[in-house]
Order: sequence, then structure tokens, then C-alpha cells
Amino acid sequence: MAAAAAAPGPGSGPGDSPEGPEAEAPERRRKAHGMLKLYYSLSEGEAAGRPSGPDPLDPTDLNGAHFDPEVYLDKLRRECPLAQLMDSETDMVRQIRALDSDMQTLVYENYNKFISATDTIRKMKNDFRKMEDEMDRLATNMAVITDFSARISATLQDRHERITKLAGVHALLRKLQFLFELPSRLTKCVELGAYGQAVRYQGRARAVLQQYQHLPSFRAIQDDCQVITARLAQQLRQRFREGGSGAPEQAECVELLLALGEPAEELCEEFLAHARGRLEEELRSLEAELGPSPPAPDVLEFTDHGGSGFVGGLCQVAAAYQELFAAQGPAGAEKLAAFARELGSRYFALVERRLAQEQGSGDNSLLVRALDRFHRRLRAPGALLAAAGLAEAATEIVERVARERLGHHLQGLQAAFLGSLTDVRQALAAPRIAGKEGPGLAELLANVASSILSHIKASLASVHLFTAKEVSFSNKPYFRGEFCSQGVRESLIVGFIRSMCQTAQSFCDSPGEKGGATPPALLLLLSRLCLDYETATISYILTLTDEQFLVQDQSPVTPVSTLCAEARETARRLLTHYVKVQGLVISQMLRKSVETRDWLSTLEPRNVRAVMKRVVEDTTAIDVQVGLLYEEGVRKAQSSDSSKRTFSVYSSSRQQGRYAPSYTPSAPMDTNLLSNIQKLFSERIDVFSPVEFNKVSVLTGIIKISLKTLLECVRLRTFGRFGLQQVQVDCHFLQLYLWRFVADEELVHLLLDEVVASAALRCPDPVPMEPSVVEVICERG
Amino acid sequence: MEDDAPVIYGLEFQARALTPQTAETDAIRFLVGTQSLKYDNQVHVIDFDDENNIISKTVLLHQAGEIWHISASPADRGVLATCYSQAADSKVVTCAAVWRMPAELEPGGQESPEDAASPAHALELLCLLEPAARGSTACVTWEPAGDGKRVVSLADSHILLWDLEGSSSQATLASSASLEGKGQLKFTTGRWSPHHNCSQVATANDTAIRGWDTRTMSQIYCIESAHGQLVRDLDFNPNKQYYLASCGDDCKVKFWDTRNVAEPVKTLEEHSHWVWNVRYNHSHDQLVLTGSSDSRVILSNMVSISSEPFGHLVDDDDLSDQEERRLEEKSQEPPQDSVIATYEEHEDSVYAVDWSSADPWLFASLSYDGRLVINRVPRALKYHILL
Repeated sequence: MAAAAAAPGPGSGPGDSPEGPEAEAPERRRKAHGMLKLYYSLSEGEAAGRPSGPDPLDPTDLNGAHFDPEVYLDKLRRECPLAQLMDSETDMVRQIRALDSDMQTLVYENYNKFISATDTIRKMKNDFRKMEDEMDRLATNMAVITDFSARISATLQDRHERITKLAGVHALLRKLQFLFELPSRLTKCVELGAYGQAVRYQGRARAVLQQYQHLPSFRAIQDDCQVITARLAQQLRQRFREGGSGAPEQAECVELLLALGEPAEELCEEFLAHARGRLEEELRSLEAELGPSPPAPDVLEFTDHGGSGFVGGLCQVAAAYQELFAAQGPAGAEKLAAFARELGSRYFALVERRLAQEQGSGDNSLLVRALDRFHRRLRAPGALLAAAGLAEAATEIVERVARERLGHHLQGLQAAFLGSLTDVRQALAAPRIAGKEGPGLAELLANVASSILSHIKASLASVHLFTAKEVSFSNKPYFRGEFCSQGVRESLIVGFIRSMCQTAQSFCDSPGEKGGATPPALLLLLSRLCLDYETATISYILTLTDEQFLVQDQSPVTPVSTLCAEARETARRLLTHYVKVQGLVISQMLRKSVETRDWLSTLEPRNVRAVMKRVVEDTTAIDVQVGLLYEEGVRKAQSSDSSKRTFSVYSSSRQQGRYAPSYTPSAPMDTNLLSNIQKLFSERIDVFSPVEFNKVSVLTGIIKISLKTLLECVRLRTFGRFGLQQVQVDCHFLQLYLWRFVADEELVHLLLDEVVASAALRCPDPVPMEPSVVEVICERG
Repeated sequence: MEDDAPVIYGLEFQARALTPQTAETDAIRFLVGTQSLKYDNQVHVIDFDDENNIISKTVLLHQAGEIWHISASPADRGVLATCYSQAADSKVVTCAAVWRMPAELEPGGQESPEDAASPAHALELLCLLEPAARGSTACVTWEPAGDGKRVVSLADSHILLWDLEGSSSQATLASSASLEGKGQLKFTTGRWSPHHNCSQVATANDTAIRGWDTRTMSQIYCIESAHGQLVRDLDFNPNKQYYLASCGDDCKVKFWDTRNVAEPVKTLEEHSHWVWNVRYNHSHDQLVLTGSSDSRVILSNMVSISSEPFGHLVDDDDLSDQEERRLEEKSQEPPQDSVIATYEEHEDSVYAVDWSSADPWLFASLSYDGRLVINRVPRALKYHILL
């Protein structure tokens, strides 16, 4: 407690804190703030944010407002042991000291501020006193001024009234003078042709004359005026009817007539009738330009004429009308709209006729520019006369033309495709006459593909003009959406690809009679073309289209995959047809060779028959042809063996094992059994099976067809011993040369074995030739 | 509904010729002619017991030669005609003859099949259809509705109409006509139309189909290049008098209206090799059977060009309103031509297919390796057609 006494301070109050003696400086400062706040009756808990505010009424709370030192001391004394008392005592002393020093610093810090504030207040007091004196003086002066002013106005009152009256009289007199002079002025104006002036005068005087017409003198003036006005109106009408003086002057006339109070209804009828006359004149001149057999000006010029002549005129009329007859209300507007609609539709009809003449031409840019002018011109009257729907109609025309252009381009593309096909045909046919080696099929293919592609690109570019930014109609919803997606993408590009596929397919649809005219090489080329489209070109073209025409439309479009599938199907059909055609050619050779020969009385074979060599030659030629366009394809692994080995397999074991039983007299059953067993282990051969897109598969298909034909033909004949041997030789020869073309040489084995076996069956005296002899003959051949 | 499994019967020889026994309308019976150069050829009479699914056969010897074509008389169960080839002096000649089966067979398979072990009976030759120097006969076709007295045979480029007299024991040439044109023209096949009072015969040579009037023996129509390649077979629609089906080496089956032969009415392209045979069902002409050397038999449903395009027609009087409405609903479904089934039981080329004359829902097909397969129209379709 001594320590507490030893630390006196001016502000040392009840705010001693028993806690946090070692608390940091901010903590302490907060506490000091807390106490100040307490002083200003702010709740401490709120201010300091202390979480557990103790009961503020607790008298033992050192920081509480209701702290009672006695009670606190009592409590301490009663509750705490000595040691703790001592502790709390030292604790408290330390705290008190700390608080005192805090307080001292605060006071020092703020002392200077207090002093300067006091000085300021003192100075202000002095100044205010001076000001108060001056204000008093001002008030007295003001009172004197008021007094003087009142006196002056009282003096002038009388004179002011008199001046006002005189001014009134003067005005009246001037008006009267105007009235009296009016008739002569009007006459003069009319004579001079200053109708506007006259009408203005009349308008000014009319109301007054109306009011004072009971006075005889005014009456006379009024009568005079009316006479003159009537004459004026007459002259105006005259001028109006003569009409030659152009729209603005007419509008002036009408305006004056309206001001003269002529009936508006009648005037607007007349006005429109005049306008119609003029506009019809324009239309006639346009129609003359169309002409029955035109050395017509180009379409751009035409739309320019139409735009400046008719549309400009219409604009003027509409603008003047709306200005003049605005008072007419909706009925008047309706009349104008009907007028515009009628003339507009005639104008459109003319424009459409002109545009129709343009359909055949190839120049899109001129057309687009013409359309642009046309559309742009019509925007002005369109804005003026929304009700007449001119802008909409114009947009419609533009859209229609755009659609027709698309159709035109589609036709152009198709024609180009057919044209390039004709070129290919000619190229294929020509060298055969010259007897030279044919031109590279690959080269022809590249030519066709690039020419089609360049045509497509040209079409796209020219159609793209329709959507160019600077063209006025390009931001119409049709051109932003439907034109791009449905028009360009669907009907032009997709339509062309589809029609290309169809054209190509039509070559295989037409059966023998017409299809025979299609050279097989063309089929092959088209098939490769379609396949190329499937793999790359379609997606390329569509991407190009999508890029050029940023398609925003949500309507569904044909996906690339569908088109690709179509193209692939076309390619497949063409290739299959190619296989059939070529297979048929070789089949016919084989068939003729089997059917026309007398197999019973044939001589012992010395040679391979020429037809077999021909077959091998043709197959080789086909192989070369297909090889130009299609990749090699996959063979079964075994075929990499040399022909020598396969040959030996064929001739020795297979041959012996195969048709040996057929000429042993055991039983025919064995043949069946054997061939059936053999069939069990071999897959069924699908003769006209779908082909894959590679050379081996194509050749396999052709060879399958040919050999199956050979088999069927052999089965229809009866062979002598040497006949059988000839077949044996022929088949061996084929075996020697055909295996290399096919995917699975086993297939050739099978079919040829079956041919020989069938021939053996069809022979009443089957004695096969020695395999070695067969070999010798074949090698010699 | 389970369909019955096909019944398979194997012959020992190669075979191409198959016909139902046309005059037999109770038992299901087919005749098959074999082809063998080294052994005696046979005609197998094959009886099929529908209830027990059992085949019984009777073998008749046909010693004259290998059989290329066989056809049964429409009037007499015991009589049949074959085209067979004979090798003579290092020349093969195809002849035609009319035969009679041994009498005891005629009643129809009363003899037990075990009997087959006994030495086979031979066919009894009634008459030869061979005039001098007329070349190879490709085909013999009987007058369909007649009393079995008239046949047409096609020999090289000649079409010959025969009258059979004295219970078929004597054949006299009634009239003939021949093809004229460049090159060696040869008939490949022919068919006698059951319509127009049996006065028309259709023939095929190379890619052309020709119609003949048997009364005047003159050509009445000609379908030039009916097929891209050789025409292999023809058949007349039994219910529509102008409709004709043809098939050929271009793998196609075509349907013609003989009044307008510029374009086929319909073309099917289901086979992957030559189509050798086409047959209309005798009662339900929407069912068309084709056999091909791709070893397949295909049964097609050609509703759109059949005589029953809208399903079975029932007299309106017999129907209550409700039924009528049902019928209307049914008839509103568009008729769909479709392949009903593809039968792949054969392992060699199928050269002949035909319907049974007794059971309209049953047919047989014959492949070169001597396998005869008897199949039925799927039950679901059968009931669909009947109900």
C-alpha cells in the first residue's frame, strides 16, 4: 500500500487494474482507452471487445464502474492467504506505477495543444467584438436607403402610368394601319408572286377581322381580303396542278394552301395523285431500260437508276407528306403506306425481272453490288414508312436472289464435275487410239480432284460476297444464319457432294446395256476420288465453308461423318462394280474358251492355250491399273514364298491327294466324301463379295469371279482324256501366274483344284497328265 | 414358334435335275435325276413324310445317260420327261425322251423303303422326242393344265411342239419354229405359261427372253438383254397372267410384265453368283424361291407385285365390323418386299429348286454334290399369309 501512496498522479483514479502488469504496451493503451470510454459511459465490453465482461455491478471488479475498495479489500483479506495477499499487493503497486507513468506521458503530449487552443479562442473573441460594431453601422445605413427609394417611386408613379397608356395606343394604331393597308399589300404580294408573304399576312389578320367584322370599316377590309385570298388560293392551286415544278415546290404550295385553310383531305389526295404521276414516269423509264430485247445497261446501273429515280422520289414524297399532313393522323399515314406499297410492289416486280435476267451470268460481285445498292436505297423509305414493309420486301428479294444464286452455283459445280469426267473419258480413250501408254491415272485423278476443288472454292468465294461486312444486307438474320448454314453449307456444298456421289453411283446402277459404255478405268478413278473425299476432302471443304461462313444458325446440319459414310459407300460400290466389270470381261473370255471347244476330241496338250495367257496378261494390266490408284493391301503371310515352292506343293501332294480317287474305280462316293471333307475345312467362297480399298482385294475379287466362271463352265461340259489334261495344264498355268495377285493364294489353289476336280468328274476316261510334264509345258509356255 | 429343321438327303452322284411330281397332289414327292459319266444314272423318287419328317426313296435306273433336265407330266403320275446326254463317237448329244415309271411304284410309295436294296427297277421308255439333226435338247416342258398330251422341247435353236399319242407312247411333231439371227443361237431354257388357255411358251436364249404363241408358233414378245449375261431360268406367276420371273448370270432375279418389256417391274440382287433357278409358289405367288451357285437358296416375299398385295383377301360379308376394321388396319401397312430366309445347307452350287406340288409350304433344293434339302416356309410367315 505504501507503493500506492508513493505513486501519486493527477489522473490516478479508480481505474487501477490488478491484472496484466507485464502486458504489452498496446494492451495497456487499450486499457487506458477502456477507462476513458467507461468515463463516457460506453460499455467496456463493447469497446475493448473483451469476451467475458464480468458483471459491471460487481463491486469487487477493479475495472467495474461500481468498484468499492472496501469491499474489495475485505474480500481479498477474507479469501486469500498471506502469500497471495502479498503478491497481489506488489502486483497492484506495480500496476499503479505503470498507470501513473502512462498518465503523465498523456498529459505531456497534450499540453501544448491545450495552450494553443486557448490562444486561438481568445483571439476569436476579440475579432467578433469588432465585427459586431460594423454590423450595427450597416443596419442604420440600409434603413436610410429604403426610405429614399420609397420617396422616389412615389414621385414617378404618375408619369409611368401615362407612358404605358401611350405605348398601348401606339401599338393599336400600328395594327390598324396594317389592317387598312392589308388589301393593297396582299395584292402586291400576289402580283409579285410572294405567296408565302401573302399567306403569312392573311393569317395574321384573319382572326382580328373575324372578331371585328361587325364594324363596317373592318367589314370592307375583310371582304377585300377574302377576295384577294380566294384569288391567291386559285393561283396556288393552279401552280400546284401544273405540277412540273418538282416535289419541293409542290410541297410548298400544299403547305401554303393548308395555311389558307383549304380542306386537307382533298389536298392530300391530290398531292398523292401528283406524286404517283411522277413516280410512274420513273417506273416507265425503268421498264424501258428492261426492254424486250435489252442491250440493257448492266444490273448495277439499273439499280442505280431505280434507286436515284424512283426510290429517291418516293422518299421525297413520303417525307413531304408526313411533314404536311402530320395532322391527318393514322388515316393519313395509312393512305401513304398504301400508296407506297402499291408503287413499291411495281418497282420490285421490275427489279425482279431485271435480276432474273442476271441469273445466268457468272459475275457475282456486280450482282451483289447491285443488290447492295438496291437494299441500301430502300432503307430510307423503309424507315420513313415502316407500315409499307418496303424494307422487308427488299430483303426478301435479296434473299430470293441469293437462294437462286446458290442453286445456280450448285448447277455450275455439277456441270463442272460432269465436264471433268468427260475430260477424263476423252483422256482415257485418246491414247488407246494413238497406241501409246495411257496417261497416268493418278495424274488424271489429281487433275479432276483439283479442278473440282478449285471450282468449289471459286463458288464459295463468289457466294461469300453476299455476307461481306460492307454489304448492307449482310447483317440481316437470314444472311447471318440460314444463308450460311442451310444455304451455303447444306444446299450448295453438301448438295454438291451428294450429287457427286449420285452421279458416280449412277455409273454402276446402269446395268450391262448402258454401263458397258463406262470405261472401267473411269470407275476405278471415281472410286478413288470418292475414297479421297471420304478420307480428307469432305472434311476439308466443310471446314473451309464453316470458317468462311461463321455459321451461327442452330438448325441441324449434316455432320461430316454422314457425308463421309456416303462417299465411302459410293467408293465401295464403284469399286465393286469395277471388279464385276473386269471380272466379267475375263469371265467371258474363259467361258467362250470352254464353251466353244470340243473337249472330247481334243488333241494331247502341247501348249498352254492362248486364252489363258491372255487372261494372265489382262490380269497383269488390271493389276497395273489398280496399282496406280490403290495401295497394295495385305496378303496372307505365306504368299511371300516363291512361286516355285507353291507350285511344287500344288503339283505333287495336293494334286495327287485330290483327284486321284476320282479315277480309281473305288466308288463315286469317295469323290463326294473327299470334296465334302475338304469343303468342311475351307471357308465358303463368296464370289461377288464386297471388296476392300486396296489392290490385292480388287484383284482377288476379279480372279474369284473369273475362276468361279471357269468352274461352272467346266461342269457343263464333258471332257475326253486330253481335254482333262488340257484343263490341267491351263489351271497349272493360271496357278503359276495368278497367285501373286491375290490376298490369299490358298483361294486360287482351292478354286483351280476344284476346276480340275470337276473336269476329272466330267471325264469318262480320266487319266491325268504327269505333273512334271505339266510343269514343262507351262514353263515352256 | 420353332421352325422345323431342314431335312437333308444325299445322293451318291452329282445331280442337277429336280422336279416335283406334278400330277401328285397328296404325297410330297420329288424326282431327282443324277449325272454320272461312269455309272448308270438314276432317277430318285423321293417321298417325304411330312408328319414324321422321314424321307423314303425309290431308285429307278435311267441307263440312257446323264440327266440334265427332268420334268413330270401334269396329268399322269407315272410319266416323266428327261433331257439326257449320250456320248457317241466322241460326240456328246443331248436327247429328250418320255418315260414311264414301273407300274408298282405309281400308287405312291406303298413299297417299303427297305426295298431299295433289291435291284433297282428301270424306267420304261415311252418315246423319244428326237427328230433327225436337230441337235441337243436343252429342256422339255409340259402343257401345264392339259391332259399330258402336249410337250414343248427346245433343241438348239428350234422350238418343237409335240403331240403325245397312245398313252404317250408315240410322239408326233405338231409344229416347230426356230430362232433366226447372227451366230449360233441356242435355247437355254423354256417355260409353258399356265395362262391364256395354255397358248404361250416363254424361252430364253443368251440374254434374251422370248414369248411364243403355240397356236401359230410365232414370236409374241421379246425382251432383248433381259439380263446382263446369260438367262438361266424363267417362271410364270401362277396367278397373274402377265407376270414372269427370270434369273441369270448377272446374279439378279427380275420380274417382268410381258405387256411392257422395256423395264423390269422389279429387280432383286441378293445372290453373290449366278442364279440358276427361280420358282413361284404355286398358290401364294408372293413367295419366290431362287437357287444359286453361291450355294445358297433364298426365299423372298414379293408382296408388292403379287396377286395378294394386301395380304389374304377375305369376302367382306363374312366379317363382322370389328374384323373388318382389323383388316383395314392390316391393309394400311405398306407391303414390304423382303428376303424371308437364306438357306445355307448346301456346300456346292445349287442348280435346282422347286416347290412341292402337294404342300404349298414345302420346297426342295438340289446341289451339285447330290445333296437334296427339303425346307419349309417359316411358320410365322405361313400364318401371316393364311390369317
